[in-house]
Amino acid sequence: MSKPIPTDRSESVFEDYKHEYDAKQALIEANRCLYCSDAPCTQACPTHIDVPEFIRKIATGNLKGSARTIFEANILGMSCARVCPVEVLCVGDCVYNQMGVPPIQIGKLQRHATDRAYEQGWRFFEAGAPTGKSVGLIGAGPASLAAAHELRRLGHACTVYEKRPVIGGLNTTGIAPYKMRADRSVQEAQWVLAIGGVQLETGVEVGKDITLAELEKKHDAVFVGVGLGPDTRLGVPGEDLPGVHGAVELIERLKLGKLELSGVKSALVVGGGNTAIDGVRELAGLGVPSVTLAYRGAEAQMPGYRHEWLAAREAGVAGAFHAVPIGFEGNARVERVRLVRTDAQKKPIAGSEFTLDAQLVLIAIGQSTLGQMLSGLSGIGVQNGSVVTDDVGATGRKGWFAGGDCRNGGKEVVNAAAEGKAAAQAIHRHLGGKDA
Amino acid sequence: MPDLSTNCGGIRSPNPFWLASAPPANSGAQVQRAFDAGWGGAVWKTLGVPIQNVSSRFGAINYSGTRAIGFNNIELITDRPLEVNFKEIYETKKKFPKHAVVVSLMVETEEEWKEIIKRSIDAGADGLELNFGCPHGMCERGMGSAVGQEPKVNERITSWAVEYSTVPVLVKLTPNVSDILPHGLAAQRGGAHGVSLINTIKSIIAVDIDRFVPEPRVGSLSTNGGYCGAAVKPIALHMLARLARSDDFNIPISGIGGITNWRDAVEFMLLGASSVQVCTEVMLKGYRIVEDMIEGLDEYMQSHGFQTLDQLIGKAVPAYSEWGDLDLNYETIAKIDEKTCIGCQLCVVACHDGAHQCIHPAKESPAATATRVPIVDESECVGCNLCKIVCPVPDCISLVPVDNGFAAASWNQHLTGGATLRPKKGAH
Repeated sequence: MSKPIPTDRSESVFEDYKHEYDAKQALIEANRCLYCSDAPCTQACPTHIDVPEFIRKIATGNLKGSARTIFEANILGMSCARVCPVEVLCVGDCVYNQMGVPPIQIGKLQRHATDRAYEQGWRFFEAGAPTGKSVGLIGAGPASLAAAHELRRLGHACTVYEKRPVIGGLNTTGIAPYKMRADRSVQEAQWVLAIGGVQLETGVEVGKDITLAELEKKHDAVFVGVGLGPDTRLGVPGEDLPGVHGAVELIERLKLGKLELSGVKSALVVGGGNTAIDGVRELAGLGVPSVTLAYRGAEAQMPGYRHEWLAAREAGVAGAFHAVPIGFEGNARVERVRLVRTDAQKKPIAGSEFTLDAQLVLIAIGQSTLGQMLSGLSGIGVQNGSVVTDDVGATGRKGWFAGGDCRNGGKEVVNAAAEGKAAAQAIHRHLGGKDA
Repeated sequence: MPDLSTNCGGIRSPNPFWLASAPPANSGAQVQRAFDAGWGGAVWKTLGVPIQNVSSRFGAINYSGTRAIGFNNIELITDRPLEVNFKEIYETKKKFPKHAVVVSLMVETEEEWKEIIKRSIDAGADGLELNFGCPHGMCERGMGSAVGQEPKVNERITSWAVEYSTVPVLVKLTPNVSDILPHGLAAQRGGAHGVSLINTIKSIIAVDIDRFVPEPRVGSLSTNGGYCGAAVKPIALHMLARLARSDDFNIPISGIGGITNWRDAVEFMLLGASSVQVCTEVMLKGYRIVEDMIEGLDEYMQSHGFQTLDQLIGKAVPAYSEWGDLDLNYETIAKIDEKTCIGCQLCVVACHDGAHQCIHPAKESPAATATRVPIVDESECVGCNLCKIVCPVPDCISLVPVDNGFAAASWNQHLTGGATLRPKKGAH
């Protein structure tokens, strides 16, 4: 079982950054949709939700059918509606953009339909007739949840092994709280697993509490959805000072508990990706008076989404570009960061050192990979730390499949959902089932 | 500046925009506010023996979020005392001597017609409109469309009215007939100075799918009502043009039915209306819509060099012809402007499912690039217009005439003279 998360959490202070549609707003927006054929929004969605169809169903008052259309393609449609970077996926490809007309707010409409399903208790899917086959899934994040749900529809028994006490993976521990709070992710995970027939083993770490060999013996197939590992570190002096944290680690603490921020006047987040941007927006939202993002390249080179960075800017976050930390200083805890300017190639410029005050530092330069945990299994390839699979998630070892961040190197929840579902269908075929 | 004044069957008004006989013309205060807003005339809500109305009275069709593209009502004629109506007509005429106040009437016997006509003219009416059109309630009592559907009764009552009236008489026709012409001719034979059309269409606007009762609902029951609003315009235009192009029909027409703006009004006038009457759009949006109607008509006339309404009234009537006279060798094909195409592919699905399967996604074409601009297979395109109709981008798709080398040839010419027809397209 998943351990309940505390009700009093740092993230609770956050309001939704994108407001929720009420019924009349949803209706007006739904009626704007052109109902494109072979729609670009659907193509842009990794799970290929039939967007024009679910929107038409909102417009006709068939809200239940709308939710069914969404969940049929993506069982994690409720969280994806909140956390997807729609600006660069479905909404970004809305044909209205070509006309200079505001694109359809697909995420908000999807949230409207899926929230009603949760609210009204609508359920759409039942477990398939038992096949007698059993699948083990490592990790209880979006990829495994999507895979387990699909496997249950196809009648295969599932066991999910999760090392944490809570389920939902990064959707629970890592989503910016102004997009979705942890309780909502746990609720989704429970809603998905309510299809029944999924044995949940929380607090069980594969490789420690149960070996890969045991897993392979116990199950007819295994799905690996372990995500990514701990934050990457810079490897500079003073990085072990209290107050210097990996971003993912610190975000998990504010998501699942209370973060002590008294005495933090200035915070520095190192990195230019989406985790870094989440970090600065979250710290600013938690009331840290001065929050700065330091990135080794130019502002325009930041790998994070531009719309997210602009929102951080709006929240009063400062940017230090072409700057990289070379050391952290302080007595009992970090007090200052020494940085050096970088050139156009992001290489340090000698003699350009400067310091910034910071009582809190988040290192958001990436996460380590976990592919090596499978290195003991012959046939499974690992490249750049990610598990190598074919298009549908099959590894080189018979019966072993993978999906989500551990396969794709770290993408969106919606990619994990798509990969988990595709892998489940591949597992089904592997187990002798017909195409779903 | 063009002259917007009009003369419809002897009823003059500073512009062709009249309120139709309906709730917006129910009282003196309303009509006077309408005249202040710019309306050129008003047909007073039908007078007769005052009735008692029901609640509710109106229903509407919404389409894809647009409210009330069609509308219906089960309201009857005036429910206010006649003396009050006549007093207000008198006051209104006194304040607005140059505006047209037409009084709509509906009674049963000759004596009643005689008396109510006299009282209307005494109150200052510039004209009368005989309500032979109402398709609900009153027709069950032998009036309204019960009269309009019987040419002999129509002619007889019209002749009474003309006999007793000293002001022009318009006959308001019902569209609830298979052919409008005999009814227009009956009014003409009765001596009417003009006709107005269309009245509302017999209809059930909707059904309450949870209560299992049609709308508008009066307790646990409903009844058929009169359909109007933007959606009825095509029916009205056809009936208008049917009369306007008849060699036998020679009296003026006041056009009614789905007119919402100056464009609609111009269309009615081009098909022969010398004034236009509006009800539903005013009910939905208020008298203020007339500002744009006047301005839009004025600009339109200037852009076409029209000085007076007479120059445009009926101008499109000669182009309303029989199918058998259409040129079968006239050929158009769809062209998609790739610069403005947004790639929605609505034309693709419409052509595939609803037309002749000749517009294809670019990616299915061998010459495909990464574009979503569809490809028109010109050898198969029949020039039907469907793609242009569904395209959300104005002027992105146009139907371009092609020179196929065939001389113009209609079906009638083909039957009589053996004119050569081009090979059929899309007929395999």
